Amino acid sequence: MATDLGVDQTKLQSRALNLGQAVRPSSLGRWLLTGAVLGWFAILILVPSLALVRQVAVGGLKPFLLALARPEVQRAFGMSLGITALATVVNTIFGIGLALVLTRQRFWGRALVDGVVDLPFAISPIVAGLMLIVLYGPEGWLGRWLEPHGVRVVYAVPGMILATMFVTVPFVVRELVPVLRELGEEYEQAAHTLGAGRWRTFWSVTLPSIRWGVAYGVTLTVARSLGEFGAVLVVSGNVIGHTQTATLYIEEGVESFHPEGAYAASLVLAAISFILLVGMDFVRKHLEGGRENRP
Amino acid sequence: MEAHAVTSHNRGSDLALRWTTLFYLGVMVVLPMVTLCVQAASPGIEPFWRALSDPYAWHALKLTFLTAFVMVVINAVTGTATAWVLVRYDFPGRSLVNALIDLPFAVPTVVTGLMLVVLYGPSSAIGTVLGRFGWGVIYQQPGIVLALLFVSYPFVIRSVQPVLMELDRAEEEAAATLGAGAWTTFRRVTLPVLWPSILTGSGLSFSRALGEFGSVVMVAGNHPLLTKTAPLHIYGEIESGNRHAALVVSSVLLASSLLILLGLNALQRWGGVNHGD
Repeated sequence: MATDLGVDQTKLQSRALNLGQAVRPSSLGRWLLTGAVLGWFAILILVPSLALVRQVAVGGLKPFLLALARPEVQRAFGMSLGITALATVVNTIFGIGLALVLTRQRFWGRALVDGVVDLPFAISPIVAGLMLIVLYGPEGWLGRWLEPHGVRVVYAVPGMILATMFVTVPFVVRELVPVLRELGEEYEQAAHTLGAGRWRTFWSVTLPSIRWGVAYGVTLTVARSLGEFGAVLVVSGNVIGHTQTATLYIEEGVESFHPEGAYAASLVLAAISFILLVGMDFVRKHLEGGRENRP
Repeated sequence: MEAHAVTSHNRGSDLALRWTTLFYLGVMVVLPMVTLCVQAASPGIEPFWRALSDPYAWHALKLTFLTAFVMVVINAVTGTATAWVLVRYDFPGRSLVNALIDLPFAVPTVVTGLMLVVLYGPSSAIGTVLGRFGWGVIYQQPGIVLALLFVSYPFVIRSVQPVLMELDRAEEEAAATLGAGAWTTFRRVTLPVLWPSILTGSGLSFSRALGEFGSVVMVAGNHPLLTKTAPLHIYGEIESGNRHAALVVSSVLLASSLLILLGLNALQRWGGVNHGD
């Protein structure tokens, strides 16, 4: 600061007069920085995506469609969609409930619960899968008790559903907690005062106000569920046609050196994630718009 | 009378909602985690330490932290620069780029890995040219860093962006008026405000990188003592039936991620106190 005081008066005045230019002299720097940032983005994100598109395009449309028409590919995508639908429905209902508990109720240990929700983000998918094996596997704490009753969790579809649910637990909660906090309790209390029950208040007051937050959380959950690989791999046993999801099919295709199907399935998954991303952007604009319109 | 009845009924439904959701969270998240930790620790300290000091396990952990560290340094710089350009500068296609920033969160990690193999793999055009100079990306350590850079690209940007948007520019303008150059203004005025958000984004991306599996398994090629990161090592141990070895490395990864989360939490609380809210 001491050095700044030594700036002579004339320089200061000329600076003050040309304030518009004072920000502009770095316009060369501005273009260089913009170019560098966009170049990095292109090299890191865009070029690899386009390389995949090109790889499939070189093969031609017919082999692409033939690869997708294979029964194991269809079954793998069916499996992915089914697991995604189940995990998304369960975690959305649970996520709305837990977000309401975290924002509308006061109880001992709330901060701890708030932290626990984030844990699946911090856990490697492989470790998540291992946890499920340790708990539900044949010698596991719960598995030892479940398997004699004919309930097979690990190396079967229930385990894959559990794994997907585990990794997507936080998304809806994380999106809704700030939205609910910002919304406040006034409207709900007003509805309550007017004689509406809890359930009625939720359906006609709370849910309509948080719908874009729910939509954002659901989109993130769907994207992550469709793309989940490590956790599902560990608990699946990867039996082709039985416990193989789309991502497991891609990995198996590359490992066993018949990558055409893997390229085709990858392109389909990448296209789906691109569509989800456009959806996310759309939903986010509504979220931010809602925020600005509120007083 | 009626109002009272309504409240007590609501208290009942509140409790039901609370205990249902907490039970779900407990069974889904807490129980598996506790089981993992107990099983890793139950044979005792000595077997735990022996499993950890196995050269393969130790190398895998070292490689994981090293590659994550290199990624974080690069991402902290490029992420801050990207957030800056997206907030402060206007250029054609800005909103498109802004929307595409989240692409790595949406693309499945296996697909990410496959994209990188297609682009840089030994049989690709770039891979062939690099191979002529004796360099390689895929099935080598640089490939791991590249995959980590891709999957954790949005973290720093999305953490710094809102802070830059809310930043009051009066101080920067004052610094510029007093004759400070753009770089000096950024370093002395803007950067001190941005530090907490840069650290938060970096911490999140580091934690993500420690556990990354799908993209790394595609580009790393599974060479023990060369490109096998900790998650790959854990998977290998599970497949070959060494349950305890897998549990030990897993618990180290888990503890590291938890420490980072706790650190970020403390940082946010400290930042909140510092800004008086």
